[in-house]
Amino acid sequence: MKETSQNKETLLQPTFVVESSPHLRAKDTTPKIMYRVILSLLPAVGASIYFFRWRAVVLILVSVVGALVTEALFLLARRKPVTAVLDGSAAITGLLLALTLPPSLPPGMALLGAVIAISLGKQVYGGLGHNIFNPALVGRAFLQAAFPVAMTTWIPPLMIKVDLATFATPLGNLKFQNAVAQGTLTPLRDLFWGNVGGCLGETSAAALLLGALYLLIKKTIDWRIPAGIILSLSLFTGLFWLANPRVYAPPQFHLLAGGLILGAFFMATDMVTSPITPAGTWIYALGIGLVIGVIRLFGGLPEGVMYSILLLNTFVPLFNLYLRPRILGERRKKQ
Amino acid sequence: MARKQTFPHGIHPPENKELTEAKPIEVLPPPAKVFLPLQQHFGAPAAALVKKGDEVFLGQKIGEAKALFSAPVHASVSGKVLSVEDYIHPNGYPALTVIIANDGQDRPSPEIKGNDDPFSLSPEEIKQKVKEAGVVGLGGAAFPTAVKLSPPKDKPVDTLVVNGCECEPFLTADHRLMLESPEEIIKGAELARRAVGASRIIFAVEDNKPDAALSLSQHLAHYPAEVALLKTKYPQGAEKNLVYALLRREVPRGGLPFDVGVLVQNVGTAKAIWEACALGKPLIERAITVTGPMIKEPKNLLVRLGTPLADVVAFCGGLNDGANLLILGGPMMGLAQWSLEIPVIKGTSGIIALEATPPEEELSCIRCGRCVAHCPMRLVPTQIVKFIQAEKWPEAEAWGALDCVECGCCHFVCPSRIRLVHWIRLGKNTITKLKRKKSA
Repeated sequence: MKETSQNKETLLQPTFVVESSPHLRAKDTTPKIMYRVILSLLPAVGASIYFFRWRAVVLILVSVVGALVTEALFLLARRKPVTAVLDGSAAITGLLLALTLPPSLPPGMALLGAVIAISLGKQVYGGLGHNIFNPALVGRAFLQAAFPVAMTTWIPPLMIKVDLATFATPLGNLKFQNAVAQGTLTPLRDLFWGNVGGCLGETSAAALLLGALYLLIKKTIDWRIPAGIILSLSLFTGLFWLANPRVYAPPQFHLLAGGLILGAFFMATDMVTSPITPAGTWIYALGIGLVIGVIRLFGGLPEGVMYSILLLNTFVPLFNLYLRPRILGERRKKQ
Repeated sequence: MARKQTFPHGIHPPENKELTEAKPIEVLPPPAKVFLPLQQHFGAPAAALVKKGDEVFLGQKIGEAKALFSAPVHASVSGKVLSVEDYIHPNGYPALTVIIANDGQDRPSPEIKGNDDPFSLSPEEIKQKVKEAGVVGLGGAAFPTAVKLSPPKDKPVDTLVVNGCECEPFLTADHRLMLESPEEIIKGAELARRAVGASRIIFAVEDNKPDAALSLSQHLAHYPAEVALLKTKYPQGAEKNLVYALLRREVPRGGLPFDVGVLVQNVGTAKAIWEACALGKPLIERAITVTGPMIKEPKNLLVRLGTPLADVVAFCGGLNDGANLLILGGPMMGLAQWSLEIPVIKGTSGIIALEATPPEEELSCIRCGRCVAHCPMRLVPTQIVKFIQAEKWPEAEAWGALDCVECGCCHFVCPSRIRLVHWIRLGKNTITKLKRKKSA
């Protein structure tokens, strides 16, 4: 009897949700983060279209669509909800890949790069959050190995008239044409505003920095990563420049040239493939800057951003496991 | 009042205190029936001293503490015991509860005796009075206060911290107590200081309550005490973070504040200590905040323990349509309730009615590291959860699963909506069980 009367009372009550605390959530979500990164890349996209016109449009479209379709096919095959293709992560991979491609690259190669980036760079590891390497850079590394000529053939931006045969990127010019001694080093002003040859997204430092500033203000990327990369690259190249300014380019040239800004602010900061603790983040960032310096000054390639990030990506799981922060109140044994 | 300190990490959730912070504490009329669980504190439940049909006085002891970690329970109304039975409890499981029909007379128990000069009491007498009055920590954890006032002999306490941070969003009852009863709080703190032999008292208040800090500081003249204004940040009032913010002392892993010479008491507890010693009054009522967008008239109330939530909510005008989340305590650490028949107990600091959004789908961890950047205990929540999900208990423990204070910062900031605290709680339970099995 008593139970029935209690049941009746219960029925008259509103229904309450029982959930585990905390009951408040911050507004930011993973898809919002992804779309914010895409938004931050729009100035660079705009600059690339301004400088390279239809070639830029085609490469970006092919790469983004290729990435999205590959992602959707893998989600289908893995019996995951296909709606996850809209979380923004695959679009970022496609977009970032496009921004690292030479404007003259045939669109078919860009498509292949996007397929490789998503499949071998991300989905084989288990999809979003599980990959070790930056997927866009995996795609680019594949293209670099498969099509070395197409990947190192450069055309000048539409704005300047240069002899195609002798045209080189600022870093190529530095490495292979002894630009410092010849006095033909690309002016910093051109590097900053984008009046140079190079990959789609490398041309305008200003456009990239605008987007980077937005991400920093929104605290979407960890400031330690670009800070660490810039610091170690500046120190490394600066020391050589001070020792022999007639052979080595100044650090400000290295910071503005090539893929440094794109890499430091948009590639190395990829959350999935960068460390989660402050100590790990500093080592990772300083390491990337140092390896870039070594490759640019002493390697066989004029540019080293891609390989540096991929190299340091490999250490991230180790950093995450072995550089645990000290817990409040923890006394560590002296080794 | 010159310094303004804080601790590293933590979060800034919307405060929502404007709903009630300007509203004086009102007295809720005693309900027709009270439901007094014998377990309202951390530790062993009290043993029932009454049975069905007994007449009880207001403040009469109805449950006896039989263990060291326990606290007695007292009748919060006078009247007749209807039954002693298992009844729904805020912690989610049924617990033995004394149900009393209120006779509306509030006939006080003859056991209750005041003391004209509580400051003449010896430390032992103070502890005894506090123990007899069933005082527990009113900040939420409900740790028996008498136990806290008796630190081990080899761990002398030099500083008493009185916690008036009230860092949980929405809650304002402690704020009101500091404004309305500063003298009782200070006197209670002074008694606690004498009980543990500390040399000074620090009243810790967040800087969103400057009026509370002023109110306390105006009455400090004759006491070895000061008011420290801290930055408004969650969880500023968490014991270990508060001790660090004020004194730059780190409570060791697995330890308690007295390991670094500190005792922390909530402002409401300080007031209860004073009432226990000066008036002989047991803990039969407490200040709570009834608030949230789904409560018609948010209020601060003085509520008899054992009052069903339904009576409290009704006094505040009832719930708005769409209310579907009822939290006892703050929104960060409070417990969601499923029934309005559940009673207010000693550890209830507030009742918050919200409209819950449908549960969001958990996405993969993208290793953004926000949980690491915000954890006040400086843990790596995402890694601990990965260990727990893989049932790697020793690793989870080594990474600090048991150090987690369940403040909810990691869960709050997680953009992938991973239920980090939930998983860590599961891990803590399992690790503790395994340890017990090992030692048994």
